[in-house]
Amino acid sequence: MKIYGWGRYPTIDAQVLLPQTQSVCVDLLKSNQIVLPRGMGRSYGDSANSSTVIQTDYLDHFIEFNESTGVLTCEAGVSIREILELIVPKGWFVPVTPGSSFVTIGGAIASDVHGKNHHLSGTFSEHLLSFNLMLGSGEIVSVTKDNYPDLFRATCGGMGLTGIILSASIQLKPIQSSRIIQSTIKTNCLEEVFEQFEANHASTYSVAWIDCLASGKRLGRSLLMLGEHSQDGTLELGKKKSLNMPIDMPSSMLNHYSIKAFNSLNYHWIFSKIKTEIISFEPYFYPLDAIGNWNRLYGKAGFVQYQFVLPRAVGVKGLRQILEVIAKSGKGSFLAVLKAFGRANANFLSFPIEGYTLALDFKISEGTVQLIKQLDSMVVEMGGRIYLTKDALMTETSFKRTYPQWQQFEEVRARYGAIGKFASSQSKRLGLQ
Amino acid sequence: MKKILIIGATSAIAEATARIWAQRGDELFLVARNQERLNVLTKDLKVRGSTEVNSYCMDANNFEEHLPMLDKAFGMLGKIDVALISHGTLSNQKECEQSVELTMQEIKTNALSAIALLTHLANRFESKESGTIAIISSVAGDRGRASNYVYGSAKAMVTTFTSGLRQRLYKFGVSVVTIKPGFVDTPMTAEFKKGLLWAKPEKVAKGIVVACDKKNGEFYVPGFWWGAMIIIKLIPQAIFRRLLF
Repeated sequence: MKIYGWGRYPTIDAQVLLPQTQSVCVDLLKSNQIVLPRGMGRSYGDSANSSTVIQTDYLDHFIEFNESTGVLTCEAGVSIREILELIVPKGWFVPVTPGSSFVTIGGAIASDVHGKNHHLSGTFSEHLLSFNLMLGSGEIVSVTKDNYPDLFRATCGGMGLTGIILSASIQLKPIQSSRIIQSTIKTNCLEEVFEQFEANHASTYSVAWIDCLASGKRLGRSLLMLGEHSQDGTLELGKKKSLNMPIDMPSSMLNHYSIKAFNSLNYHWIFSKIKTEIISFEPYFYPLDAIGNWNRLYGKAGFVQYQFVLPRAVGVKGLRQILEVIAKSGKGSFLAVLKAFGRANANFLSFPIEGYTLALDFKISEGTVQLIKQLDSMVVEMGGRIYLTKDALMTETSFKRTYPQWQQFEEVRARYGAIGKFASSQSKRLGLQ
Repeated sequence: MKKILIIGATSAIAEATARIWAQRGDELFLVARNQERLNVLTKDLKVRGSTEVNSYCMDANNFEEHLPMLDKAFGMLGKIDVALISHGTLSNQKECEQSVELTMQEIKTNALSAIALLTHLANRFESKESGTIAIISSVAGDRGRASNYVYGSAKAMVTTFTSGLRQRLYKFGVSVVTIKPGFVDTPMTAEFKKGLLWAKPEKVAKGIVVACDKKNGEFYVPGFWWGAMIIIKLIPQAIFRRLLF
C-alpha cells in the first residue's frame, strides 16, 4: 500500500499494520525486522514513511480523565480532535496544540509539537506527565522526566525512533469559555511585525500570517493574530467540517499570479489597524481543519512545507534575507506563518529554539528542490534549523550540524534497543542508524 | 438513560456504537472473547460518559455460556432496553470451499450462535413486553454471490430469522432491528482495497443508534444500499449466474 505524509511527497510502498491491542504490538515487533510507529500521517514529509509501519488507528481509547485536576490519560492513537470533544464541554483545553486537531497524541509527542503559545508555554512535552513506551524488545516502560530522563528527552521530538508510544498522561488547562478573543494587528513591513511580537509578548497566543510575495518596502507585511481565552460564553464545539477538497487541484491553477492575488486580497481584507472579534476556538486554532483534504490544493505531485527557525540574534536581518530570496523566486504559498518562539527545551531533537520560525508551502517541482537547497544553506549558516516534522529534503550534514545533540539521541537509542528496529525514510536520509 | 447489552462489543461497529451510547450516559454491559480488549473498552466508555460499564468474557460459539452470561447481564442491568448482537467473522470464501469443517464453523459463528442468543433474548423480552433486540446482518445476505456466499448465507439466515421474530414479538411491544451494513472499513476488512462504496464504522454506528431508539424493521446503512440491493435482487438468474462479483 502506498503511504505518504500530508504533503503527499515523497511516497513509499509500505506494509501497514493495524494492531488492536498492546499485546499484538509485541507480536508485530517480534515478527518484523524494522518498523516505524505512525499516527494519522499528518507530518508533511517522510518522517512517518517506512517500509513497515505500525499504525495506531485502533489504539484510540481513553484510559482516565480526572475532571477536577484536568489530568487526561489516553492511548497514543487518540486524536486532539477527540480529546477536545471530550474535554471542552467540561471546561478544559489542550495545553499546547499544533495547527491541526487531526494529529494523534503519539504523533504530538514524537514531533514534540508547538503551538501559538510557545513563547509562554513551550512545547507539548512540557505538559506531559508520563507516557508508556514499548521498546524494541517489546518491553513496556512507563517514562517520566524524572525516572528515565534520557528516554524522555529522546522520545519527545524523537520522531518515533525510540519505540512505540502506547499511552500518555497530559495536564490540561482550564478554560471558562470555548471562545477566543482575537485581535488582528496589521503591520506594513517585517520590522513592524517583529516590534509587535515583542510588544505583545504577554499575549497567550500569537501568530502572524505573512505575505511572502510582497517585496521592496512592503517585504514581510503581515497580519498578527493575538488570542486570549474568553472569560464568558458557553463551552461548546462548533459544527463538524462541511467542506471537502474532492479532487486534486490542476497544477496550473496554482501559480505565481493566483498566489500573489490571494496574498494581496488576504492582507487588504482587514481595513483597520487593529480589529478585535470573538470567535470560536476552532477557526482560531484550526482554520484549515474546516476543509477536508486541503493538501489536494497543491495538485497531484504534492508539496513541501518548509519550516525553519532562526535564532533571536539573527532576527529581522536574517529573515529579511530569506524572504528576499523567496520573493525573488516567485514561489510562494497561500499561507506563510510567522511565530516568535520562547526558550528551547532539553529534548535532543525538539525543534524550537528561541527566535523566529517561518512556515511556508511550496508546490513540489525541480525548482522548489533547488530553492530549498539554497534556503537550507542560509538557515544553517545563520544558526537556525529545519523542523523534522515538515522536512522531506534536508541533508545529513545540515541535520547533524543544526541538531548537535543527535549523538546523545543515538546513544539513548542504542541503550534501549531501538537501533536496527525503528527507522523511517527520513532517519535513513539524515544518517541515523 | 438506557440499559444496553452488547454481544460482540469489540467489533469495530459495536465499539463505535457504544461510544455514542456512552456519550449520552447509557449504562452498558459488554460481552466479547478478549478480556484485554474488554478491560480497555470498559475504561474508555466510562471516560466517554457511560454511567456504568460491566463486562463478561465469552466465546459466542460456546452455547452453554449463553444463559449464565444473560443471567449476569440481566442481574447487573435489571431491565434491558436494547440488546445488540454484533459478533461475527468474515469467512475466507476460498478456504471454506475446500473445507466442510471451516464452512460449518463460519455458519456456526455468524448464524447459529446468533440464533441461539436471539432465542433466549426473545423469550426474556417477550415476558417483559418492552425493549429492542438489534442484530448486525449484512447486505451480503440479500443474495448469494460467488465471492462470499458462505458468509452471505449465514447472514441470510439471520435476516430471515429476525424477520419472523419481528412478527412474533410485535404484539408484545418488542422491536427487532436488523441492520444491514454494506462495505465497512474495519479490522475485519483490513485486507480489502477501499473505494467510494466504503463507509466508516462511525457512520454505521449513527444509523444503529437511531434505529435502536425508535425503529422496528430492517435497515440498510448507509441508506443507498437499499436501492443498490433492490437492483441486485432484480437481476434475473439467467444473467446473475454468469456474473462474478
